[in-house]
Amino acid sequence: MRKERIDRGLKVRTEGIYAITSAREILYLMGPRILLIVGLLALPFVFELAPYWKKVINIMCAYALLALSFDFLANYVGLVCLGGAFFTGIGGYFAAIFNVELGMPVWLSMPLAGVAGAIFCTVALLPCLPLRGVYFAIVTLMYPLLFTRIIEALDILGGTNGMTGLDALPNAYVENYVIIVVALVFLFAMRRFVNEDIGLVLRGVKDNDQSVRASGISVTRMRIIGVFIASLLGCFAGAYIAHLYMWAGISLFALDFSIIPIAAVVIGGGGTLVGALIGAFILVPLSEVLRAFGTFRIVIYCAILTGFIVFKSEGIMIYLQRKYHQFERWVKV
Amino acid sequence: MELVVYGIINSITLSLISLGFTLVYSISRVPNFAHGALYVAGGYLTWVFLNHFLGIPYFLAILLGVIITSAVGAAIYQFILVRIRGMEISEIIATYAIGLAILEGLRWGGLRGGTFVLPAFFPGSVNILGASVDYQRLIIVGAGVLTFIILYLFTRFTKVGLAFRGIAQDERAAMMLGINSDMTAVLSLAIGSALAGLAAILLLPLGNIVVEGGYNVLVFAVAVCVIGGLGSWGGVIVASFIIGFAQILTEYFISAHYQMVVALLAIIITLLVKPSGIFGKQKELEERV
Repeated sequence: MRKERIDRGLKVRTEGIYAITSAREILYLMGPRILLIVGLLALPFVFELAPYWKKVINIMCAYALLALSFDFLANYVGLVCLGGAFFTGIGGYFAAIFNVELGMPVWLSMPLAGVAGAIFCTVALLPCLPLRGVYFAIVTLMYPLLFTRIIEALDILGGTNGMTGLDALPNAYVENYVIIVVALVFLFAMRRFVNEDIGLVLRGVKDNDQSVRASGISVTRMRIIGVFIASLLGCFAGAYIAHLYMWAGISLFALDFSIIPIAAVVIGGGGTLVGALIGAFILVPLSEVLRAFGTFRIVIYCAILTGFIVFKSEGIMIYLQRKYHQFERWVKV
Repeated sequence: MELVVYGIINSITLSLISLGFTLVYSISRVPNFAHGALYVAGGYLTWVFLNHFLGIPYFLAILLGVIITSAVGAAIYQFILVRIRGMEISEIIATYAIGLAILEGLRWGGLRGGTFVLPAFFPGSVNILGASVDYQRLIIVGAGVLTFIILYLFTRFTKVGLAFRGIAQDERAAMMLGINSDMTAVLSLAIGSALAGLAAILLLPLGNIVVEGGYNVLVFAVAVCVIGGLGSWGGVIVASFIIGFAQILTEYFISAHYQMVVALLAIIITLLVKPSGIFGKQKELEERV
């Protein structure tokens, strides 16, 4: 006997355009997406009576953005970013500069900090983009540590105290929905983006950079585009967190912002993009529950992370997708 | 004159730190991001043996510390990395995660504050060319030079060492000649971790054992390796002298705060001007894209 895995009939029927003729097939296609969108939009109301957990939703979605950026960079561009904290830190400080020093309103400073931060990060990472992926990992690992030291040592941007006095978002619902909507929009935009022509080329950069070069496409240019998009997500998350806490300080470069997104992607399933969100939705509440453990939480993430990489490298989302689209049965050999 | 003496000491310190990282990378092609963690773990283990197993002489504690650190390194490869060999993204994430787990685990286990101090081998100091240098720093210089000589002889004149170089130059050809690639990689991680532990034991008597030290060591090791050319041993020596002297000069003429900035600038300039590093010539094509 041998286990055989084949596609469900329903899945095969929904592959063509004629799926739109049947409500059941439409439901099969739309169901999981609608579940995610509606579920996420309903979360603030579900936790109406638990204001603390409403705050957790914000952080959770900010981490989801970071995880999305890591997943995109690692699995579609082939660059492992070990310092997601670099993006949050830069985004947060830009938001502080725009909001406190230049007096811009929140709704302007957050997106602008995202874009300005993304440009800054891309330029900062530019030297290692023509090189193999391991250089990118090394440099991104160093940047958050270095920027912390530089800010501490030179006592710029508020030094160790950070910059205070950022404007808060108008109310709790706006806080929730800004980040939820942004996370959802970015998720679906990225899913579409990676299936466009440019996404195909980016995947080519990851799998075989020599052939991309042989086709007359600049690998560096493609990587710049990839890094810009990823750091846009990261910097926006950073700017949002800075406005949420009304404070931008060195702790925006903290290790948590680097390791939780990586763990979320590995757990959720690399390369699916949705997996990154799901991983973040599992890990961040878990980390709130384990708050009492302090830095030991990082050890827990790392253990989970290594375990998943070694024993279950496909991650939750790919497993779920397989169960959804396929069934297994025993057959005689 | 003072500057020269301190510069040499600082440079040898840097090269001791980065030797283990470059050895592992050149042989097994695994960027060992757990290097800094192994460094701190080596120092901490020695401290534990020294203070909690009363009666153990310092020498024996050092030996045990280095051996256990090296066993940890070998175990990391044997049980985790061997399963994800060749998947670059997974390798990087896994070593980074292991390193963080060790460091943050130690922090949680109480490794903070100034209570964790290794004693100097011989207290006291001596005056060299107008600069006062304590004996520990002299030992560092001596041990650093000795380590280089031993490694040089080891890789030229022993069978295992020659196998190391074979794998580093061309893994497939080496495998065809009957060199076990996984075995060599385990050994390389063991030796690389032992070097990290050795560096810790030599350097830590100059300060406290702190978790942040692990991150600093990793950053400096990586900086030296990038500038010297990843996986090049001659490059490590030259690059550590460049960074070492640059740091001492900025510390003397500007301010000690700029040490990290110097390392960062050096990396960026290297990546812009000569991405494969000073001595990475034959692998230049491979490094670029």
